[in-house]
Amino acid sequence: MRVYADNAATTRMSETAIAAMLPYMDKIYGNPSSLHSFGQEAAEVLQQARETVAGLLGAESREIYFTSGGSEADNMAIISAARLGAKKGKKHIISSRIEHHAVLHTLDKLKKEGYEITLLEVGREGRVKAEDVAAAIRPDTALVTIMYANNEIGTIQPIKEIGAICKEKGVIFHTDAVQAVGHLDINVKEQNIDMLSLSAHKFHGPKGVGALYCRRGLILTNIIEGGGQERGKRGGTENIPAIVAAAAAMKEACENIEKHAIYVSALRDRLIKGLAHIPHAVVNGSGEKLPGIANFCFEGIEGESLLLLLNKDGIAASSGSACTSGSLDPSHVLLALGLPHEVAHGSLRISLCHYNTIEEVDHIIASVPKVVDYLRDISPVWEALMEGERPHVI
Amino acid sequence: MLYSKEVMDHFENPRNIGKMADADGIGEVGNAKCGDIMKMYIKVENDIIVDVKFNTFGCGSAIATSSMATEMIKGKPISEALELSNKAVVEALGGLPPAKLHCSVLAEEAVKAAIKDYYDKNGIAYDAEQFCDGNCAACHAHDHEHAHGHAEEE
Repeated sequence: MRVYADNAATTRMSETAIAAMLPYMDKIYGNPSSLHSFGQEAAEVLQQARETVAGLLGAESREIYFTSGGSEADNMAIISAARLGAKKGKKHIISSRIEHHAVLHTLDKLKKEGYEITLLEVGREGRVKAEDVAAAIRPDTALVTIMYANNEIGTIQPIKEIGAICKEKGVIFHTDAVQAVGHLDINVKEQNIDMLSLSAHKFHGPKGVGALYCRRGLILTNIIEGGGQERGKRGGTENIPAIVAAAAAMKEACENIEKHAIYVSALRDRLIKGLAHIPHAVVNGSGEKLPGIANFCFEGIEGESLLLLLNKDGIAASSGSACTSGSLDPSHVLLALGLPHEVAHGSLRISLCHYNTIEEVDHIIASVPKVVDYLRDISPVWEALMEGERPHVI
Repeated sequence: MLYSKEVMDHFENPRNIGKMADADGIGEVGNAKCGDIMKMYIKVENDIIVDVKFNTFGCGSAIATSSMATEMIKGKPISEALELSNKAVVEALGGLPPAKLHCSVLAEEAVKAAIKDYYDKNGIAYDAEQFCDGNCAACHAHDHEHAHGHAEEE
């Protein structure tokens, strides 16, 4: 049995999305910037896709800018807000310790340019407190950027509360909603979101396409210069097949949010219950979470070897261990929860979607304890824990 | 990142895995904080390593390099085992990704730490300089520098 349980990394495209994109490869293939009929047909579907995406977010179509994905949208939003702030002498940005690297690395870049960055703590729960945002806002704060839901542990952030605070204080609010769009109900107006990033391949659309919602009135800074596409803010001929498929996938996902959430969260709960007998293990993050993500730490073992052995059992999952990230430090998200390095190394993220079945989840439930037992059996760290030479952390 | 066939074979079917109750020397190297610890047990008769076992906490390459290192010293005189280099382990494994080379250094150090322990327990004189001092900070400090330097470049 081969089980794909890494849906937070990327998803399988839905049949709807695949069918939606096909005509735009060989039938309607004009360049939307061209004046002839081929181009205008393409311009029309581009506009329809933009209206679809806008409608699903509660935005206007001219507030949607298609990008190459979530990372580009994050870069564009943050750089733009930073430039807008700088014009008014505001060079302070508030974010959190658990953001995606597309956000954190962009903030690192701005820091080198002289911006001051405040990264809020999230506690063991893995959630930013709205009051911490309020307390961190200063007269020179240019931007608050807090992710909608975390990609590793699934915790949902108090976006509406943060949006209200930012609105009241007159600070731009961006949210990286890459893990949330298509999975949670979002309305940018009701939630006072000024900018929002999304990525199609996280909701069964194609890879390489995403969008930035940017509230009317906020001026974007170009990351890519070019021929005036996307209202002059993002150069490059639009990837029509991908954009059309992204819109179709988003519509399908948004129309099924509740149905999928009920099904997927039941699978996730079955998984968590099924693995609960493993001693010295913990489920990371608490409170309101995405339906599909379950993140565990198993004491005494290392995540990469866990993944490789699960892969041998046909299970595709993910880990925040250092060895899977190419650096020596484990996941910054797990460290932000206050987990010690050696525990964070032993993490496993299972991310499910509505294509997963009970049989697949039961296969994971059968495999994980077997693999954890084996790795603990050969682990000198586990031996030291068992003999009381090392204190248990979890 | 792709592991060679040999690495995957030694990871999935580690040789000489386990503990040894009557070991003549035990060496433990690495640091749980950095994500890898190797513990190596040797049985010595007439200066020959007649048996060897290991336990490893770590990634695929940490397990594979420990396994390969045990294969390479089993049945060998101590003098030969002391000459085992991390490079030889890497070569025998058909290469390692650059980020994983430190695992092979750990494997070499684990062998040496076990031999040092055997020497210590049996009052055998040796040149202390040929062994690491059991403090992995030096090796790991280097790894950190390297990793961070690399990250800066990207």
